[in-house]
Amino acid sequence: MNLHEYQAKELLQQFGVAIPRGIKVTSQQEAVEAAKELGGPLWVVKAQVHAGGRGKAGGVKLARSLQDVEEISGRLLGSTLHTHQTGPEGVPIHALLIQDGVDITKEYYLSCLVDRSKKRIILIGSSEGGMDIEEVAAKTPEKILTLTVDPTAGVQPYQARDLGFKMGMGKKEVDQLVKVLSGVYNLFVHKDCSMVEINPLIVTTDGQVMALDAKVSLDDNALYRHKDTAEMRDPTQEDEREHIAHEIGLNYVALDGSIGCMVNGAGLAMATMDVIKLHGGEPANFLDVGGGATADRVARAFKLILSSSKVKAILVNIFGGIVRCDTIAEGIITAVKEVGLTLPVVVRLQGTNVEAGREMLAKSGMNIMAADDLTDAAKMAVAAAAK
Amino acid sequence: MSILINKDTKVICQGFTGSQGTFHSEQAIAYGTNLVGGISPGKGGTTHLGKPVFNTVYDAVAATGADASMIYVPAPFAGDAILEAADAGIKVIACITEGIPVMDMLKVKAVLTNNYPDVYLIGPNCPGVITPGACKMGIMPGHIHMPGKIGIVSRSGTLTYEAVYQTTQAGLGQSTCIGIGGDPIHGMSFVDVLTLFKDDPQTEGIVMVGEIGGSAEEEGAAYIKANIKKPVVAYIAGVTAPPGKRMGHAGAIIMGGKGTAKDKFAALEAAGAKIVRSPADIGAAMKAFFPG
Repeated sequence: MNLHEYQAKELLQQFGVAIPRGIKVTSQQEAVEAAKELGGPLWVVKAQVHAGGRGKAGGVKLARSLQDVEEISGRLLGSTLHTHQTGPEGVPIHALLIQDGVDITKEYYLSCLVDRSKKRIILIGSSEGGMDIEEVAAKTPEKILTLTVDPTAGVQPYQARDLGFKMGMGKKEVDQLVKVLSGVYNLFVHKDCSMVEINPLIVTTDGQVMALDAKVSLDDNALYRHKDTAEMRDPTQEDEREHIAHEIGLNYVALDGSIGCMVNGAGLAMATMDVIKLHGGEPANFLDVGGGATADRVARAFKLILSSSKVKAILVNIFGGIVRCDTIAEGIITAVKEVGLTLPVVVRLQGTNVEAGREMLAKSGMNIMAADDLTDAAKMAVAAAAK
Repeated sequence: MSILINKDTKVICQGFTGSQGTFHSEQAIAYGTNLVGGISPGKGGTTHLGKPVFNTVYDAVAATGADASMIYVPAPFAGDAILEAADAGIKVIACITEGIPVMDMLKVKAVLTNNYPDVYLIGPNCPGVITPGACKMGIMPGHIHMPGKIGIVSRSGTLTYEAVYQTTQAGLGQSTCIGIGGDPIHGMSFVDVLTLFKDDPQTEGIVMVGEIGGSAEEEGAAYIKANIKKPVVAYIAGVTAPPGKRMGHAGAIIMGGKGTAKDKFAALEAAGAKIVRSPADIGAAMKAFFPG
């Protein structure tokens, strides 16, 4: 789960990382009030959306007067922002962060994440702040510095000093970085984050090190023990179908193709997408109905796929293990009874209770094409979608 | 021979009396697994499915001599269950539980590495491990398996079944099948399993099924190149997965252009593995190494 910038900064502040003064607003009037409270004479109006590349897309604007603030916030609020990360639909702007303008002398990069090979939490620092860090990593990998944390000890001051000096900081900044790194690491561990990124981490003209922009992603599996951060979810920033899927407990990712997929198991779901593509089709979604799928959940998953206008054919691929094929068949039949079916459906069932499942579908009188293996199933679905 | 487990393995179940633990213990017993008991704190001294229930893994090990455990404990308590099993002397732990926080697994992994280096942890978020005809510790459908010569290792559950089904249809059968799990931090890696398959005389060929995210497949490829003389058939799921989107498994995500299926296929091909572009071709590709 992703957080907004203002939420990420609140968390960083809780863990002792300095941030510029700022106020989150949801209306033009609140924006002007906030600007008055901050005092000016320079403000930054920042669209709060779950997407990178806001600046280039016009979602971050400088304001030099209260009129500026009013005009910019009126324009941004309620509009849709299209960045290189959002796709053609864009994301809606419902909130802004009105922030004090600060004078910057230097920009750095800092992030914290799990390194899967090392099986450790790592902190990454770079002197190249404010840039696209993936580009920095590709062009000048020597400017990406990494610090590995021993989980029994936590991040140590000597490690932070070493990183700071290597990033080109002076003594005064390094002293502050020690505190910043320990704050970022503690936030990461205590709130079960999957990523904390500060880009840029700035030094102001009066020598203060602070987080000018921040991104935080949380581990969904740990939200049960963090009521405070769980409540920060903003469904307006998520694809509508992905959000519904989340509520039902499905793993769903919207894609651009025309063949809707319903599969059990994440690996098989990905493989099904790949086989569709291999035979000349394009998947409309990734959908894993999961191990504990009930007929009701299958029915809702099926309806979710049918609700997309992009979908021209449906491919159901089930290898029953815990999930029983008759449960899947029951769910499909229920969904079709409720919402009707005009699209071609190809079903490939295998594994637990396969005979019962196939029989139910055959007897249902629905227009379903049965396939024996994955290759046949994909070919049939691709042909059906092309008609 | 097989790897990790066989007909003599004494298996216990943690989370024994819960619905998942009950269902899959029944299945394991029906399959012929030597299930010697289970753990359910507070229910020690009772019996369940005709087997003794213990309060702690320590009690179960003392009473039964158990050496393997399958874990169906809910996610918030699963990390703790793994460490209890390890500390009680269990050597093969299959944790089926899905949805364990990454932070919990980081701790578990660090403790296992430091204090219990000889413990084999399979999973979490995996189908488990099975030696066909002998011992089933997990949620895989037993009937698709057949004792035989192919070792199967996979990050995905249902794709493991796909490989199992096809190698059974091809008449090859399986020595041992292991789903290592779809989480970013997990127990046995591809390399750990490949190392065991390499030295197992029953295993004549190896199927490796990977997916996008991380670098475990690349590490597996390097190991294959340097050490494995047996035929290896490999498939990677997620060629069409877009970057930055998590494909169900917590570990299946392409980040910063790293962990793509294309890179993994290339590494495996360069290592001498026979790669297949469709999971439907796994059985036929392996069969080609064993004509007749």
